[in-house]
Amino acid sequence: MIALCMLGCVLFNFPILALFNVPATVFGVPVLYAYIFLAWALLIALMAWVIERRR
Amino acid sequence: MLQGWVIVGTSFAYLGLLFAIAYYADKRADAGRSVIASPYVYSLSLAVYATAWTFYGSVGRAASDGVGFLPIYIGPTLMIALWWIVMRKILRISKQNRITSLADFIASRYGKSALLGGVVTVIAVIGILPYISLQLKAVSNSFTIVLQYPWIIMPAKVDAQPIMQDTALWVALILAAFTIAFGTRHLDAAEHHEGMVAAIAFESLVKLLAFLAVGVFVTFGIYNGFGDLFDRAAADPKLAPMMTPLEGVAGGYASWVWLTILSMMAIMFLPRQFQVMVIENVDEKHINKAIWLFPLYMLAINIFVLPIAFGGLLHFPEGNVDADTFVLTLPMVEKQELLALLVFIGGLSAATGMVIVETIALSTMVCNDLVMPVLLRLRRLRLNERSDLTGLLLAIRRGAIVGILLLGYLYFRLAGEAYALVSIGLISFAAVAQFAPAVLGGIFWKGGTRRGALAGLSAGFAVWLYTLLLPALARSGWLPISFVEQGPFGIELLKPLELLGLAGLDQITHAMIWSMLANIGAYVTVSLSSAQSADEHRQASLFVDVFTQTGEAGGARFWRGTASVPDLYQLLARFQGVAAADSAFQDYARGRGLRWPGDTLIADADFVHYVEVQLAGAIGAASARIMVASAVKEEALTLEEVRKILDEASQVVMYSHRLEQKSRELEAATAELRAANERLKELDRLKDDFLSTVTHELRTPLTSIRAFSEILNQEPDVDLAQRRKFLGIITKETERLTRIINQVLDLAKIEAGRAEWSEAPVDMRETISDTVIAMSQVFQEKNVRVEARLPEKVTAVRADVDRIIQVMLNLLSNAVKFCDPRDGQIEITLAEDERELRVDVRDNGPGISAADQQKIFDKFVQAGDTLTDKPQGSGLGLYISRHIVEYHGGRLWVQSRPGEGACFSFTLPLTRAAGGLAHAA
Repeated sequence: MIALCMLGCVLFNFPILALFNVPATVFGVPVLYAYIFLAWALLIALMAWVIERRR
Repeated sequence: MLQGWVIVGTSFAYLGLLFAIAYYADKRADAGRSVIASPYVYSLSLAVYATAWTFYGSVGRAASDGVGFLPIYIGPTLMIALWWIVMRKILRISKQNRITSLADFIASRYGKSALLGGVVTVIAVIGILPYISLQLKAVSNSFTIVLQYPWIIMPAKVDAQPIMQDTALWVALILAAFTIAFGTRHLDAAEHHEGMVAAIAFESLVKLLAFLAVGVFVTFGIYNGFGDLFDRAAADPKLAPMMTPLEGVAGGYASWVWLTILSMMAIMFLPRQFQVMVIENVDEKHINKAIWLFPLYMLAINIFVLPIAFGGLLHFPEGNVDADTFVLTLPMVEKQELLALLVFIGGLSAATGMVIVETIALSTMVCNDLVMPVLLRLRRLRLNERSDLTGLLLAIRRGAIVGILLLGYLYFRLAGEAYALVSIGLISFAAVAQFAPAVLGGIFWKGGTRRGALAGLSAGFAVWLYTLLLPALARSGWLPISFVEQGPFGIELLKPLELLGLAGLDQITHAMIWSMLANIGAYVTVSLSSAQSADEHRQASLFVDVFTQTGEAGGARFWRGTASVPDLYQLLARFQGVAAADSAFQDYARGRGLRWPGDTLIADADFVHYVEVQLAGAIGAASARIMVASAVKEEALTLEEVRKILDEASQVVMYSHRLEQKSRELEAATAELRAANERLKELDRLKDDFLSTVTHELRTPLTSIRAFSEILNQEPDVDLAQRRKFLGIITKETERLTRIINQVLDLAKIEAGRAEWSEAPVDMRETISDTVIAMSQVFQEKNVRVEARLPEKVTAVRADVDRIIQVMLNLLSNAVKFCDPRDGQIEITLAEDERELRVDVRDNGPGISAADQQKIFDKFVQAGDTLTDKPQGSGLGLYISRHIVEYHGGRLWVQSRPGEGACFSFTLPLTRAAGGLAHAA
């Protein structure tokens, strides 16, 4: 879980965030918005996986 | 359709529904079938984090900053990943110590300090006021707006209305009444509000559904999906820069990072989060599900924020509509009356949920950690003598709820209009973040002291006041604006928004950097430079080592004093009521295998501690301590006594160390004794063997001597030749007897180490020649040829010449005995190298089998089969010879193969040539 927290800190921080801060779109959605929500969903999925597997 | 009475009626109907849910949940809880004992309800109740700020404010923030609203939800997601470590620990500590609030937690950690609890409460109340005012503002604004339907008119300046017609005031009063009904109907020993939690969980569902409904309506109803919406926004020149928003925002990445950190603190230390997360938690395992369900909730409620924000910006390009109201105004402008009503109810849910939990948490703090400690200390009130204080406790809490909401309203009137919703909320976040060092330091670092926590909290709070609250008041016109723009008294360095010249950051980031610096700095330095009292030290261990301690007994160890059971009973009954006191006593007695009333309970340290913990559940740790101290003649545990206890403990440790050492020594001695005993037994066995062997050896010659003597004695007419032969045998056997006895004596001497050795330089050439000459008679008799190969000259060695001759004689006589009876040959070789002299005696007899080669050097062992062959010696010769050679530092061994003769060799080291014996055998 600590590793996941650190992964999140990296994903949602400079400079990774700056990589996606560009005026382009994926399926009509700005890249930055799409990236943040997808990375966020991924992080939650990983947390769920780690926690549920621990049982 | 959206007339005033419909809206008001729907609102009250909704509040009534909430109350019904709470009532039902309370009933279920009383019946023992709790509805909140589920990880899903727990996760939903955590979503009280999402308030009117989230519901209305996020869109407002997104409309100006793009993704700027997201750190507030990403931060908690990151923090939750650490819950497995942090939250489990806080939960365990809180359950063991029956913590009732955040203030209680901090006070309890730092030696149950009433002062610290009070400070935390003050900070929390002042810090949260902006947040509560935010909710009031959101509800009253949304009410005003929805009332204007079908026109979109922003609410007029609040000041313009007379106070009695201000909707915000009515909202505050109604919420106060509702909260009182929810949270303070009765006094719960564990501060559990099951009904409230159930209602909050329901509200979380309602606000999520309402928000998603608007989001879907805007994205897919007004526009054709995400792509269409973002395309149109990108086409608008004013909105195009928001596609890469992080560059445009003030502070950019720094602001993003600090907002993330800030919300990480907020999710842990907002009083309402602490309330639902820790105090209302019924099962530690629930956090497992919540760890991913709660972030998922936050993700869901945020997906449509950006579409709604862009939709609003596209719809109202003139900027005459406040972006904070887009969620409501978009359905209104599209004539969706039902949806608008649903949104209003959703916003109401978000706001009421926050206000209810927050004010209940704050009122508990105010009551337990601010008012009660003061009241209990005021002897004039004689509170100690009142029989039932539950009414008083409830009254204080109700008063606190009304007071807090009115203060929130006051802040709304004073400063509320100057800021957007999110900015108001962030001020509160920054305030509660000040608790982080004291709490996190408190549960992981034993060194944190009460003074350190006080200093850190005060310093951080002071900076917060100066850099956030005062500027907010100044901007609203309550302080001269020059205070912000030129700094107090015109001192530029002290400008509250650019302290010490730190410019270029947004207000929150700036305040966070300075307040955290002051807070952590003061906490650590003061903690390191101040000593802990005995109480503090004990609490620090209890908190930090909560997982390694067993049960609740930990707190009672260092208590000493006297108490009476009736006193304790009265104490508990006064604060919790008679029924609760009865059941607590019965529980305790049952745990001890007793019955109460009936059996006599002993008011020992454990029992007093139990009562204190029970009491802490009602009035907080600090107050409980004061009360128990008043009922119990407690001998305060001075530092001196603690030192004594420690001394005793260390002495015990020392004694046990000594004991261990002694027992180790004993073990060693025992082992030695055992070994000695084994040796003695062995020697005893050897002695027995020796005796029986010697007796046997002596009997053989004696038997023949006696037999022949008897013949001679009884048969006088034996002829002369015969007689001579018999006498010869008798003489020979007598000699053998003498030899055996001599050797046995020798053996005894050598083995006992009493042999006398006379050392002198010995020339081995001479010794060998002498021996051969002495035995020449024997050689001739047996017809054995002897050849001695001696070098010209050898170094003389120091030795006992008689003993060396004895060895030579033994080896030679053995060789004579065993060499070929017809053509006997014996070869003696003397050789010298740089280290030793070596003597070989070689015969041409039958040889010695490998098995015998080791045995022949033992006592009374002879080569060959002793049962069939006539014994040819005593069996002691080689044994004695080896002893003699080894005594001189040499070796004696044999090399042989059956049928090829045997070669006995011994060495004498030359080191002995220099004179003096190196060692004894």
